[in-house]
Amino acid sequence: MNRTLKLNQVDDQFIKQIEQNSGQKLNNCYQCGKCTAGCPIAHSTEFPPHKIMRMLQLGIKEPVLASATIWLCLSCVTCTARCPKEVDLAHIMDSLRELAIKEGVTQARKQPIKLFEKLFLDAIKQHGKLYEMGTLARFNLLTLQPVKDLELLWPLLKKGKLKFTPESINDLEKLAQIFKSSQS
Amino acid sequence: MKIGVFICHCGNNISAAVGVELVARHALRLPGVVCAHTIHHACSEPGQLLIQKCIREKGLNRVVIGACSPRVHEATFQRVLVQAGLNPYLLELANLREQCSWVHEDREAATRKAIDLIDMAVGKVARLQPLLSSKVDVNKRTLVIGGGIAGIQAALDVADSGHEVVLVERTPTIGGNMARMDKVFPTLDCSACILTPKMVELATHPNITLHTYSEVEQVSGFVGNFKVQIRKKARLVDMEKCTGCGACTLKCPIKAPAEFNLGLDKRGAVYIPFPQAVPHIPVIDKSICTYVLKKKCGLCQKICPTDAIAFEQQDEVLEEEFGAIIVATGYELMDWTVYGEYGHGKYKDVITSLQYERILSASGPTGGHIRRPSDGKEPEVIAIIACVGSRDAAHGRPYCSSVCCMYSAKYAMLTREHLPNSRVYIFYMDIRAYSKMYEEFVQRAQEKYGANYVRGRVSKVFERNGRLVLQGADTLLGQPVELEADLVVLAVGITGTASTIALAKKLNISHDEYGFLTESHPKLRPVESSTPGIFIAGACQSPKDIPLTVAQASSAASKVLGLISHDKLETSPLVAEVNIRRCVGCFRCLDVCPFSAIEEQVLRDGSKVARVNPALCQGCGLCSAICPPAAIALSGFTDDQLISQMEGLCSQNPV
Repeated sequence: MNRTLKLNQVDDQFIKQIEQNSGQKLNNCYQCGKCTAGCPIAHSTEFPPHKIMRMLQLGIKEPVLASATIWLCLSCVTCTARCPKEVDLAHIMDSLRELAIKEGVTQARKQPIKLFEKLFLDAIKQHGKLYEMGTLARFNLLTLQPVKDLELLWPLLKKGKLKFTPESINDLEKLAQIFKSSQS
Repeated sequence: MKIGVFICHCGNNISAAVGVELVARHALRLPGVVCAHTIHHACSEPGQLLIQKCIREKGLNRVVIGACSPRVHEATFQRVLVQAGLNPYLLELANLREQCSWVHEDREAATRKAIDLIDMAVGKVARLQPLLSSKVDVNKRTLVIGGGIAGIQAALDVADSGHEVVLVERTPTIGGNMARMDKVFPTLDCSACILTPKMVELATHPNITLHTYSEVEQVSGFVGNFKVQIRKKARLVDMEKCTGCGACTLKCPIKAPAEFNLGLDKRGAVYIPFPQAVPHIPVIDKSICTYVLKKKCGLCQKICPTDAIAFEQQDEVLEEEFGAIIVATGYELMDWTVYGEYGHGKYKDVITSLQYERILSASGPTGGHIRRPSDGKEPEVIAIIACVGSRDAAHGRPYCSSVCCMYSAKYAMLTREHLPNSRVYIFYMDIRAYSKMYEEFVQRAQEKYGANYVRGRVSKVFERNGRLVLQGADTLLGQPVELEADLVVLAVGITGTASTIALAKKLNISHDEYGFLTESHPKLRPVESSTPGIFIAGACQSPKDIPLTVAQASSAASKVLGLISHDKLETSPLVAEVNIRRCVGCFRCLDVCPFSAIEEQVLRDGSKVARVNPALCQGCGLCSAICPPAAIALSGFTDDQLISQMEGLCSQNPV
């Protein structure tokens, strides 16, 4: 990222695509930094949210799609809620994740995050509710780290925060319809 | 002798550093002092009433007030004395704020100094004598210098209220820099549409006399009574006969860079600066006309249908009298070619903001089509570099030129309107859009017109493969950037002009190191110059946009109207006076007087002595200080009074 950026080689197509998918106008951002100021994961990433916005304005594609930020984003929507220019940055993050998957930009260190999101959705799809025990067990096994976070198991069980068996909602039929329509 | 001493707390401006109670107790022990009080705000109503009460009840005949600088409240306290029935010149102010509490931290030392200052004031006040001011007539005519939007607005405002105005403009037409502009922010109305009607109104106004191509040569006199010499330069065209048909300008074979278009195209030796010029009458450039230089050509004279070319015409010097003067001489762009990193001016496609105005303008050299100067091609990528010669201490321009942020946004909009497929980049440091509808304007440039703002100064511009390359940085990204552009517009900083400095010397008004005229008080007297009766308006005072310039011009006009609404003016009695029995006629006073107030007076025995014209004297005291036999005394500052003041300081009064 430290070489000179050629402003003439702006990726217009990328800018248009993100604007279209997110419904947001990138130029509306005036780089005040309030999104980064309130972002709970900003400290743990190379490109905090305001910098992602600036890179998008300049059409910088690969580093954005390959960044950890878009996967670390918790979708807490604090950025969107507080943005003075009413830019829905959380929505832009969604669009970036979507595009990253579509374009196959999945570097090794982002794989677990992607996997976790998939397992999370799988559980919802199956039960209509989160099944923590199952999701965590599958995640640990698939990422080849079976004892990860094991020390938390006993305290969580004691407080009744984890259950061994899944619970399901009543109308799983309707849920299936929702998933179906969201994928079309 | 009954002296009253009043020590002001000034909120805590004075009392925070000075033991005011101690100072007051000390004052009570001084000779002649019958009462001493401290007051929280001497200038406030309760403060003024207390002083008046003491004057009446204690029968005070001299007053000492220890407060702020006389520049701030001397007039206020003089009025207090008058209302209590005392002569206003029986007052002495001790400056305990600017010259004591504000500049000292050690409370004990500051208190000692305050006591010294009070000792001096009490020493002097005892010797003060009542003084009476005289009255002089006020001339009701106003001179406006400068025919840009500021001068035009000020002249119209004064003339509309029924007073006579003379407007003097240095160039052949009025209109100033605003006439060069295409559309103006924040509403993007065309400059010509709002300016040219005012120009015509001014030229045809029954109360306004317009002298274009004229300069103020000499100024003497004082508020209410200025004498001004105006040089009407020979136009070599008879303004009575000329119909402004322009035939001569088309035929003239000589060519020179056109000033109005800032050198983007050429004009003849006989030319009309621009199509909407007022007066719409050509002028002959004597420095290049071959008929003037070598008596050859004379084509214009031969083809002029009304025989208006007048090579024999000479400069004319007018002597006029005025009561007030408004200076509205405008601004220039600083000489940006000192920036070697932007090419010293060697790249044709690196132009200034005012040149870009001309390129955008429908009446400009390209007919309002954006074409770059080098090859006349439409540029695809246009880069604007802000703050060239602004906020740049290294180039002697530490100040903000205040209008560049706004016109840069304007250029982005206009460029994208003219060339929808172009890309516009603005390299900036901060965006300053503080006024009504300004921030929204800049936002619109970014959101609706797609202006690309890059935060960071451009380090270098150079040529590569026929394109201009800008080396910059995006400080928001934290990365160097590079842009290939077809046209680079420099938002060049605004500066005062050399001709304004020369004029300021003639008018005896002050200016700063950048050539901007200095106002009398930055907050409370923003349109008054340092000399009474001379007012300033527009960008000659500081960089200013059109709305602010017009507001300031109207403000200066209202100050003039306030002045000339009086038939007579009171003059200050604090003037110098010559003791003719002592004067030896050396006239060194005449040499040093900055106001030409010293005259020769022949006595009955034929000897010559000096005399002070009290109407011209401003009481500066230079003559009094330089007079070898000490024959000149300045009222209110006589030797007797000053020595008494020094005795107060040296008396070692017990603290």
